[in-house]
Amino acid sequence: MLSQIRSLWEVLKHTFVKADTVEYPEQRRELYPRYRGRIILTRDPDGEERCVACNLCAVVCPPDCIALQKAEDEDGRWYPEFFRINFSRCIMCGFCEEACPTHAIQLTPDFEMGEYDRQNMVYEKQNLLIDGTGKYHDYNFYRVAGMTINGKNKGQAENEKPPVDVKTLLP
Amino acid sequence: MARIQIDGQFYSVPEGNNVLSTCLSLGLDLPYFCWHPAMGSAGACRQCAIIQYKDEEDTRGRLVMACMTPVTDNLRISLNAEQARQFRRDNIELLMTNHPHDCPVCEEGGECHLQDMTHMTGHNLRRYRGRKRTHNNQNLGPFINHEMNRCIACYRCTRFYNEYAGCDDLQVFGIHNNVYFGRFEDGALESEFSGNLVEVCPTGVFTDKTFSAHFTRKWDLQTAPSICVHCSLGCNISPGERYGELRRIVNRYNGDVNGYFLCDRGRFGYDFVNSSKRIQHPRIKQRNACIQTAKEHFHQLLTRAKRTIGIGSPRATLEANFALRSLVGETNFFSGIEDTEYQLLQTVSQIIRDGGIHSPSMREVEQADALLILGEDVTHSAPRLALSLRQAARNVSIELAASALHVPSWQNAAVREIEKQALTPVFIASIGRTRLDDIALDTYHGSPDYLANFGFAIAHYLDSSAPEANALDADENKLAHTIAAALKQAKRPLIVSGTSCSSLAVIQAAYNIAKALPSPNRQLTFSLPECNSLGLALMAGNDLQQAFTAIEQGQADTVVILENDLYRRAEKQKVDAFLETAEQLVVIDSLKNPTTEKADLLLPAASFAESEGTLVNNEGRAQRYFPVYPAPDSICASWQWLLGTMENSSWQHHDDLTTACAQAFPDLTAITQVAPGADYRVKGSKIPRQPHRYSGRTALHANIDVSEPGQPTDSETPFAYSMEGNMAQVPPALLPVVWSPGWDSNQAINKFQEETGGHLREGDAGIRLFEVSGTLAWFNGIPKPYISEPGVWEVMALPHIFGSEELSLQSPAIAQRLATVCALMNPLDAEQAGIDNGDCVIISDLSGASLLTTVIQIDTNLSSAGLLCITAGHPKFQALKMGMQVTLRKFNSDSEVGS
Repeated sequence: MLSQIRSLWEVLKHTFVKADTVEYPEQRRELYPRYRGRIILTRDPDGEERCVACNLCAVVCPPDCIALQKAEDEDGRWYPEFFRINFSRCIMCGFCEEACPTHAIQLTPDFEMGEYDRQNMVYEKQNLLIDGTGKYHDYNFYRVAGMTINGKNKGQAENEKPPVDVKTLLP
Repeated sequence: MARIQIDGQFYSVPEGNNVLSTCLSLGLDLPYFCWHPAMGSAGACRQCAIIQYKDEEDTRGRLVMACMTPVTDNLRISLNAEQARQFRRDNIELLMTNHPHDCPVCEEGGECHLQDMTHMTGHNLRRYRGRKRTHNNQNLGPFINHEMNRCIACYRCTRFYNEYAGCDDLQVFGIHNNVYFGRFEDGALESEFSGNLVEVCPTGVFTDKTFSAHFTRKWDLQTAPSICVHCSLGCNISPGERYGELRRIVNRYNGDVNGYFLCDRGRFGYDFVNSSKRIQHPRIKQRNACIQTAKEHFHQLLTRAKRTIGIGSPRATLEANFALRSLVGETNFFSGIEDTEYQLLQTVSQIIRDGGIHSPSMREVEQADALLILGEDVTHSAPRLALSLRQAARNVSIELAASALHVPSWQNAAVREIEKQALTPVFIASIGRTRLDDIALDTYHGSPDYLANFGFAIAHYLDSSAPEANALDADENKLAHTIAAALKQAKRPLIVSGTSCSSLAVIQAAYNIAKALPSPNRQLTFSLPECNSLGLALMAGNDLQQAFTAIEQGQADTVVILENDLYRRAEKQKVDAFLETAEQLVVIDSLKNPTTEKADLLLPAASFAESEGTLVNNEGRAQRYFPVYPAPDSICASWQWLLGTMENSSWQHHDDLTTACAQAFPDLTAITQVAPGADYRVKGSKIPRQPHRYSGRTALHANIDVSEPGQPTDSETPFAYSMEGNMAQVPPALLPVVWSPGWDSNQAINKFQEETGGHLREGDAGIRLFEVSGTLAWFNGIPKPYISEPGVWEVMALPHIFGSEELSLQSPAIAQRLATVCALMNPLDAEQAGIDNGDCVIISDLSGASLLTTVIQIDTNLSSAGLLCITAGHPKFQALKMGMQVTLRKFNSDSEVGS
C-alpha cells in the first residue's frame, strides 16, 4: 500500500520537472560533431578528393551497404570511379569512418534522411562528396604515403630521405 | 622418420627437411619471408627464428633460423619461447622501418604476406621516428608494376627470376640498406614467367599492372576453380570477377600440374573475356536477335537442312564437342583441325594410349635426370613446361650434393654452387635457337626432316632393333652417340617433343627414342597446340578437308561451327569457298573473328570464365573448369545452345552430357570423376564462390534497383554465387580461393597441402585418363632430307608465347608484347639471295601472287637451308601457312630473289 502511494507521488512530482524532450521539428537539439549521422566524403586541405578507394570501409560495413571501384587519375592518385552507399541499409555504426585510413569518409550530425521512395536512399559519389575537410582539417594522406603522385616525387613525402642512387659505388 | 619435440609436444616427421618447412607442414604458424617451398631456403630475412635446445636438460637453448636447420632425430625446439618471439617481433620491426605508409593504395593490401607476418608477430605500433629510405621505380613493361619502396630485401624475386626461371635482366643492385631489385634500365621484363613475381614477392613491390587497371581487393573477387585455356598444359587457375568483369588470374595450386607458377600468357591473357570483340547478342543475318528467336531459328535451320555437318574445336570443351557430335551425328562431325595437325594428334593420342610409355605430369617432369627435346621451343609452345624442364636440369647436381656432400636440396645457395660441376644431360634438337639453350649440354639445329632423322638415329643407337636412319655427318653422328649414351645411363630419362614442327616423323622419332630407352622409368611428353587438342583427338571425328569436300560436292548444305576460326586452320580461298557454298552457316563463338563475320546465324558463346567443361591436357589428364560468374542474359555456353535445339533429348544438364560423353568413348570413361556433379553438397550447402568478407552486397546493384535481386542460381555445378556455405570442409582441390585464418596471402596454401610443396590434401584436381599399357611397333617412316630448290622457301610457322595463341591475342597487355613481325632466315640463304638483315621483302606463292610484305631477320642459329620462319598464328602472317612454298622479292626491286 505504502509503496503504491510512493510510486504515485514520484510520478506526480515529474509533472513539475522541466521536460527533456523538445518539440521536434520546430525545435532541434544541438548535435555534437561526432554524432553518427549521414555519411559524407571529404576533401584534403588542398581540395583534392581524400578517398583513395582502398575498400576498407566497404569490407568493414556490417550490412555491406558500400560499393565502390578504384580508378587512377593522370596524377597517379587513386580515387573511386563510383562510390555508392545504400542508406536504406546503413545502420550508422561508424565502422567505415573508423576503418578509413585517409579520413575521407566521415559521419555527420545529420539524420534527417526520410524519403517517400526508397530508391532515393541510394547515394552516389556526387551526393556524398563535400568541398571541405570535415572534422579533420590537416590530414593529407599523400603527404605521408610513399607513392609518387604528380607534384610529389620519391623522397618528398614527410620523413623521407631522397631516393637512393643505386649506381653509386659509395657505401 | 625422426621424432622431434616442439614446445613440449612430440611429432614424428620425415628426416632431412628443414625445420621451417616441417613446422608449416605440421600446421604450426611460424613467420617467414625468404623461404619458398619451390625455391628452398636462403636465410636472408632472419624472420623464422626459433630456439633450439641441445638436449632434454638444456634450459637456455640457442637462437637458430628454422629454414636453415635440418630436422634430425631427437631435435628439441621451441617456437613460442619468449626470446624467439621477441627476436621475430624486433626483426619485423626493423624490416618495417623503411616500409612506406602505402597499404590503402597498394594492390597487395588484403593478400599481403608482409601484413600477415607483421600481424602474426604482434608488431602493431611503429616506434621508429627516423626518415625512410626511398627508391625510384622503373617501368617494367605492360605486365608488372614496380614500387621499390615497399621492399624488405628477402631476395625472393631475384632467386625466382634468375635461378628458378633462368633469366638475368632483373638483378639486385647496391649494398646494405640500399639494395635495389630491378633492371639495369627501364624496360619490359624479358622472362616469360615474370608474372610470378607478383605472387612470389611477399610485399607489394611487384604487382599485376593489368589487375591494377580494374583493381579489386582479394576479398571482393568472386572466384571458381578454373583451367587455363591458352595452351595444352592445363594449368590450374583462379580467375577473379567483380561487377561482371573478369579482373585477374592467379595461380591455383595443383601439386601435379603447375605447382606454384604460371606463365605470362596464362596470367595476363585473360582480358579477351572483357574485350570489345565479344559477341554480345545472337545475330541472324547480321541483325541482333533475342535468345528465344535465335534458338527457334537454329532449330528451324536444322530441321530444314538436307544434311548438317558440325565442325568441332580443340579449344572447346569435351562436352561442347560431344553435344555437337550428338546433334549432327557421328558421321557428320568433323574435328575442325587442319589435316596435318589432325594426323599428328591422332598419332600422339595413339602413343599416349597404347605406346606403353609413361606420359609425365609436370611434377614428374621435374624429377627427370636426362632430357632430350626434339623439335620444340618449349618456352613458346608449352611455356609452363619449360619452367619444369629447367628444374629437371638441376637434378644431377641435387643428387650429387645429397650423396657426396650431404647437402640437402633445400640448401639453395650451396646446391646452386655445385651446379657448375655436375650438369644434367640436357640436349635440344630444334629448328632454331630456343629459350632453354642455356641449360643444354649440346644443341642440334635443322629442318624438321633432319630433326626426325637425327631422332631416328639416336633411337637406333639406343636399341639396334630400331630402324636405322639415313647417314649423318661425322659431327652429328658423334652428338647422336653422346645423346644415346647419356639417355641410356639415366634413371628417369625424359623425351619432349610436340606438334610445333608439324612433322609426323619428329613425333614418331621421339616415340622410337623413348621406346628404345632401357630405363623402366622412361617418360615421353608432347606439347600440343591447344587446350583440348588431345580431348578432341580422342573423340576422333573426321578432318577438316572432308568437311570441305562434303560441302563442295553438295552432300551437305548446313554447317555448324563450334568455337573455331577456320581462317586460322586452312588457306583463305578454301575457307572462303567453303563458307560461301554452305547454304546456312551457324557459328557459335565468343569473340568476333573472320569466320563469325560470315555466319548466317551467330550464337554468342560464354567464355571459359562464364561456363563449365572438361578439358584433356597434353598429359592425358582430364580437368574441369567452372563458371566464375554467370554469363549475361544474351549469352549461353556452347553446350547450352546445342542442347537447347536437340529434340526429345533426355539430357538437361551439363552433368548429363558429361556422363553421356563418358559412356560414348571408352577412353573418356573417367571424366565423370574429374569433379563432383551439381548435386554435391558440403554440410548441406553448395560451395560458395565469394569469400566470407565479400563486400557491398546491398549496394552493388542499388543504382539499378534498391531492392536487392536474388543471387543467381547455378544448377550445373556444385558452386553457388554466394558467400554462404562451409568453406572449412571443402576438399582443397575444389577451393575457389585460398585463405586460412591469419593467412590472407596466397601462402595460405601451406594449410591445404599434405606437406609444403606437396600434393593437396584429399588429392590434386583432375584425373589421368591413361596409364602405361601396350606397346607400338617401331615407326619407320624415316624422312628423306628436304632439299630446297633455289629461290623457293618453305614456310615454318614457329610458335611464340605472345602472338601464336588466338584468344590471348585479344588481351591488350599481351598485344603490347607481341612477337616482332619479321621472318627469320639462315645467313647462307640470305647471302645467296642477296638479302641483308632488316631488308623488306615481298613474299609470294609459287603462282606469283604476292601474299605479304615483311622484314627479314637473319638468324645464325637457323642452320637448314630453304626455311623461312615466321610466328605461327600471328595475325600479320595469316596468309602464310605451315609448309607453304613461297618465293621472295625485295621490296622496291622487281628482281626475284635467289633466281
